[in-house]
Parts: sequence; structure tokens; C-alpha cells
Amino acid sequence: MLEVKGLRKVYSSGSREVEALRDLTFTVDNGDLVCLVGPSGCGKTTLLRCVSGLLTPTSGEVRLGGSPVTGPPPGMAVVFQEYGRSLFPWMSVRANVELPLKQKKVARARRKELVESSLDAVGLTGTADAYPWQLSGGMQQRVAIARAVAYEPETLLMDEPFAAVDAQTRADLEDLVRALWQRLKVTVLFVTHDIDEAVYLGRRVVMLSSSPTVVQDELVVDLPAERDQLHTRADPKFIELRTRVYEQIQLAKKTVQK
Amino acid sequence: MTVLRKVLFALALPVVLFAGWFWLSDGSESFYSPPLRTILTAFADTWQPERLRADVAPSLLRLLAGYLLAVVIGIGLGMAVGLNRRLRAVLEPVLEFFRAIPPPVLVPVIMLFAGIGDGMKVIVIVFGCVWPILLNTVEGVRATDSVVLDTARAYGVTGPARLTRVILPSASPQIAAGLRQALSIAIILMVISEMFASSNGLGFTIVQFQRSFAIPEMWSGIILLGLLGFTLSLLFRLAERRALRWYEGLRAARRRAG
Amino acid sequence: MTSARRGNPVLLGLAGLAGLLLIVELLPRLGLVNERFLPPTSRIVAALADEVSTAAFWRSLGDTLYAWALGLVLAVLAGVLAGLVIGSVPVLRELTASTVEFLRPIPSVALIPLAVLLYGTELGSTLLLICYAAFWQVLIQVLYGVADVDPVAEETARSFRFSSWGRVRHVLWPTALPYVFTGVRLAASVALVLAITAELVIGAPGLGKEIATAQNSDAVATMYALIVVTGALGVVINLLTRTGERRLLAWHQSVRGEVAT
Repeated sequence: MLEVKGLRKVYSSGSREVEALRDLTFTVDNGDLVCLVGPSGCGKTTLLRCVSGLLTPTSGEVRLGGSPVTGPPPGMAVVFQEYGRSLFPWMSVRANVELPLKQKKVARARRKELVESSLDAVGLTGTADAYPWQLSGGMQQRVAIARAVAYEPETLLMDEPFAAVDAQTRADLEDLVRALWQRLKVTVLFVTHDIDEAVYLGRRVVMLSSSPTVVQDELVVDLPAERDQLHTRADPKFIELRTRVYEQIQLAKKTVQK
Repeated sequence: MTVLRKVLFALALPVVLFAGWFWLSDGSESFYSPPLRTILTAFADTWQPERLRADVAPSLLRLLAGYLLAVVIGIGLGMAVGLNRRLRAVLEPVLEFFRAIPPPVLVPVIMLFAGIGDGMKVIVIVFGCVWPILLNTVEGVRATDSVVLDTARAYGVTGPARLTRVILPSASPQIAAGLRQALSIAIILMVISEMFASSNGLGFTIVQFQRSFAIPEMWSGIILLGLLGFTLSLLFRLAERRALRWYEGLRAARRRAG
Repeated sequence: MTSARRGNPVLLGLAGLAGLLLIVELLPRLGLVNERFLPPTSRIVAALADEVSTAAFWRSLGDTLYAWALGLVLAVLAGVLAGLVIGSVPVLRELTASTVEFLRPIPSVALIPLAVLLYGTELGSTLLLICYAAFWQVLIQVLYGVADVDPVAEETARSFRFSSWGRVRHVLWPTALPYVFTGVRLAASVALVLAITAELVIGAPGLGKEIATAQNSDAVATMYALIVVTGALGVVINLLTRTGERRLLAWHQSVRGEVAT
């Protein structure tokens, strides 16, 4: 279980202080898929960096499986928004996926197996020897997902992973994430600014306020587990849910302006 | 067809220049610019295998030793300084000062410490070459992309692997620029240190020819030095193109996208 | 500012320089280095003060700067002119590429014996070396600059039937300008290195010759003082050309921005 309790992050530069996160508390159960959605500039990335142990919060804590997160925990993989910068351009696709496994001291035969099966899983069979920059943006993000999958994490963090790809590719990648989640039984925390994406993907949606950020509201997405782009998005239930999320986000924006 | 055209274009001017020199200088009575025919004969007579062994080989060995030492020291120290913000702030002005000193003035200083033997020449080359390598490494390491660093941390790529697989390759284009500058400085210092005080070496031999007014031989020495500079820079370019193939590809990909 | 927590970089840099001076003072005083090889900072500073009060020092400094400036100007003029001509005629660029690639890496010090024969210890020797070394820096940058011309801009100029001169003046030159400045900056530091080298090795008048004289007369502290002067000269030239480049390029960018909007 991933627990976030009273998380607060204040950036200070000289005498100026900026409160990015005020007070965040939520939990993600094992095997759940939770989407965090909030207005732009609401500190989503700061939150994700705190959860992944890349950033130390000012107060409050993050616990993963009961133990506090103080640095990047072993069972956690991150997919960053900037796939072009997150994949190492000096390594082939294979080496990119394999490097974290080498660091984990996974045996060579097993590494080969993991690299191949994860590339197959994201639909990139046969691109292992290419360099990332030889691939399209959508394919590069698939490589980043394959790297995360091969790492065999219990928890997968995704920071607006599809913000920089075109709409068509985005729909494909959303379905890929759903499929991988169902197959691998990982816990997924997915950050996005896209309300439709949050409702379509998540089993739960946590709505954030504008900065300084608190949890605005939470809802359970009671859509069927089998979803597809055409029918789910036309489902009256889907439209009702996305309206609720939309209203909450609008409300969050107004509260700050006062 | 295009290959033939390329070869023709590449050879045309050099052939014309060479033929022009040959023809114009033929029958030259000038003491300082003897006919090219005489210079070429002198070249063949002067640079016999025995002389190459006695004068060119020691020069090249000193060059190689000094350059390689400077590479190891420059990259090593550069990584250390580049990774430590405070150390960088303390050392940067000092390093900039050392880089700004015209390298040949180091010869008399190092002669004080190390006499006039091989050691002196190698130290002179190291001392002159190390600054561009060091400063470029610092700059390259400092400019490592923050997403790259986050990715490495999140996937547990730490310790030596972080240095060799992430930071060093990321800084390598910048380091290569420093290595290229250092190579031409190394050749200059090899020649200068031998002109100052030596009993063998290319620089020594050429100055001997000049002092004894062996003009065709002197010209042949200048030509040999030119060939040496050209060959070394060609070898460097080949090595660079091989090592930084990914960087060229990445840049081309970005240009297409931009 | 983060400087409060991490320390002010300017202060830290000054601390670094102070540390260097202190180390140089202490090494010979503590007997770790022979004083005859490395005199303490205080003696070097004293020697520097002595030098600065002599007319000969200022004459040498003037000689070095004169050779540097004259050589640089000649090299820049030749480099820019050759670069624009070669760069704007595709056939010429193709024809000269291999020759440029061959001549450029020839170490300029290879020309020292030739310079001595032609000009002896006169200014000409220094100028020959400076010009040869600095010319390539400028030429290569100008060639890059001309190659960087936006094909759309070039075609626009053609479609409006600009004359050749108009194309050079309004398309080629503005694009190449930032590269020219980079070339000048690189050439300026190379020119200083070659000026000092020629004076040191050949004995042409200037700071380099003074260093050689100090070495020959065992005036070690004076030698170090003069080396410090050459280093300071290098730093000043770097700073001036870098700020100059930034200023002129900022102007250039803003003009381009205006045109673009």
C-alpha cells in the first residue's frame, strides 16, 4: 500500500518561499490504478517527485508497504513525461531497458528474457537495436514504459506520460497502460491534467486543488473493468463522472482566486 | 558518378597547388625557397627509417604519453569538480587563469623543476593540454540533463555506473571538443619543448636544419610536421565520429523535428 | 537566491584565488618546494611591482599587444573575406574543402624556422605565426555561418531578384555575423598564444622575450611575475571578447526578433 500523509513541500530561494504542496493525504491500495488530476501548475510533478523519493518533502511522509520513503525505493518504477530526455540517447533501446536490471544484479539470461518480453508487451518487437532518437515520440514513450515493466516493479508512477504525444497515439498508449495493469497486477499512480484520461484510465480519481495543493475530492470510477475508447467514452456513466471531476476542478480554481 | 565527382573535387585543388608550386619553383635560384623537386628529394633522403626511429618516434611517444596523461587527469578532475557545486565555484577562476596562460611559457618553468629530459617535455604537454579538457569536462558534467539524472536515480543507477554509463556519456560531446583543442596544443608543445632544449625530436631537428641553413631539409621537416598534424587530426575525427555517432544522430533527429 | 545557503560563487571564487596565492606562498616557505624553482607569492608580487615600474616592461607589453592586435586584424579580414567568397560559391566550397581540411591542422609552430629565415627576430616573424594560426579559426567559423543560411531566406531573396551583392549584404552577412564573432573570439586567444610563443622561441620583442631573458639570467621571481602577466592578459582578452560577443549578439537577436514579428 502507498500512503501519503500530510505531505507539504515549500521551495525556498533566499528569503522568498513558495508553498507548492500544502497538505496532501491519500492512499493507493495494492493493485489499484489511481489517477491524480488537477489544474495545470498545481504541483502534480512536485508530488510525484516526493512520492518517488527524488525530492524530500518539507513535512509529512510517504510510506510504501509500511516503510517510509527517503530515497527511490527498490520496487518502484517511474515513467517521466519527457521521454526524449528520460531515455539515454547514447544507448540502444535494449541497453536503456537493460541498464536498471544490471544495477539490480539480475542474471544475464533473465535480463535478456525480461528485455524481450517487455518490448513485446509494449508492441516494440524488433526495435531493440535502434537508438531511441530513431523512433517516433509515441514509440519512445513505449520504450520508457518497457523499461519500467522490465524492472518488475510493485508500484508504477507515471508523470503525465502522454502529454507530449499526438491524440491517436495517446489513445493507444492509454489502452496499453490499462492492459499492462490488468495483466501485471501492479499498483499504478498516474498523474495527468486531462480529465477524460483520468476517468477513462483510473479505478479511482483523486482531484487536486490549485497550488498550494490539497486533495479536493476523490471518487471511485464504477465503470466496467473492460474499457475501450469508443464505447466507454460514450457511456452516460463516463460522461456523468467526467462532469463531476470537471466541476470539482473548476471549483478548485475558483477557491484559489478568492 | 557522385563518388567520382567527389574524388575529383577533393583532389583538384591540391593537385593544382602542388603542380603550381612544383612548376613555379622549378629552377628557383632563391636560397630560401628552393625548387620543390629539391625539397622532395631532401624529404626522401632525410626521413629515412633510421631518422624516423631516432627523431620522430621519441617525439610521438612524448606526445602520446603527455596527451594520454592529460586526458586521464583532465577528465578525472573535471568529473570531480563538475559534480561538486561548491568545489566548482572555488576552483573556476583559478582554472580559467591557468587556461589563459599561453602554454609555451610553461616550458621555462617546467625546465626549472624537471630539467631538460623526456620528463620535462611530457610534463609540459600534460600541463598545457589538461586545462581545455578539464574545463570542458566540468562544463559537460554540469550540463547533464536533470531528467536524465532523475531517471538514473529512480532506477537505482548509482555509484560507478552512474558515472560511466550516465554522466560521462552525457558529457562526452563537450569533452570531445576539449580533447580536440588539447590535441593541437599537444602538438605545438611537443615542437616547442624540443626547440627549447633537446638532443633529439622533430622540433629539435627542424631547428638544427634552419640553424645550419640546410634549407631543403628544413622545408621537408615543415612538410613532415604538417603531415603529422593532418594525420593526427584525421585519426581524432575518425575516433570522434565513431564514439559520438549517437550524438550526431540525435542532433539530426532534433533538426528534422525542429 | 540560493547563494545564502550554498555560498556566494563570487566569494567562493575569490577564496579559491586567495587559496592559490597562499599555497604558492607556503610551499617554498615550508621547504616543500625549492625556493629557486618556485619563489613565494610575496617575492613574485615584489618582482611584479619592480617590473611594472620599468619602462622596458611597458614597452614589451606594448610590443606584444601591437603584434597581437595587428595580426588579429589581418587574420580576421583575410578570414572573413575568404570565408564569404568561398562560402557563397558552392563550387568553390567543394573545391577548397579538402585543402582547408589539410592546411588547418598544420601546427603553426612548424612555420617558426621559416619565419626566422624570412624575418629574423622582427615583428614580421610574430605576425606570420599569428596570422597563420588565427586565419583558420575565422575562416572555419565564417564557412559554418554561410552554410547556416536559411534556404527559405535565400530563395526569397532570389525570387525578389536581389543582386548578388544584395544577397550577400542582406542574407549572407546577417546570418554569418554571429559565427564571425565566435571566430574572432577564438582567434583572439590563439593570436595571444602565438604572439607570446614567437617572442619566447624566436626572440621577437615583447613579453615572451622578457620571459626568456628572465629565465636565462636566473631571475626566477621575475619570470613568474611575467607569466602571471601573460595569464592575466589572456583572461582579460577572454572576458572582453566574450562580453563583446554577448553584447553584439544580443543586439543581433533583438534585430532579428523585430524582423520576425
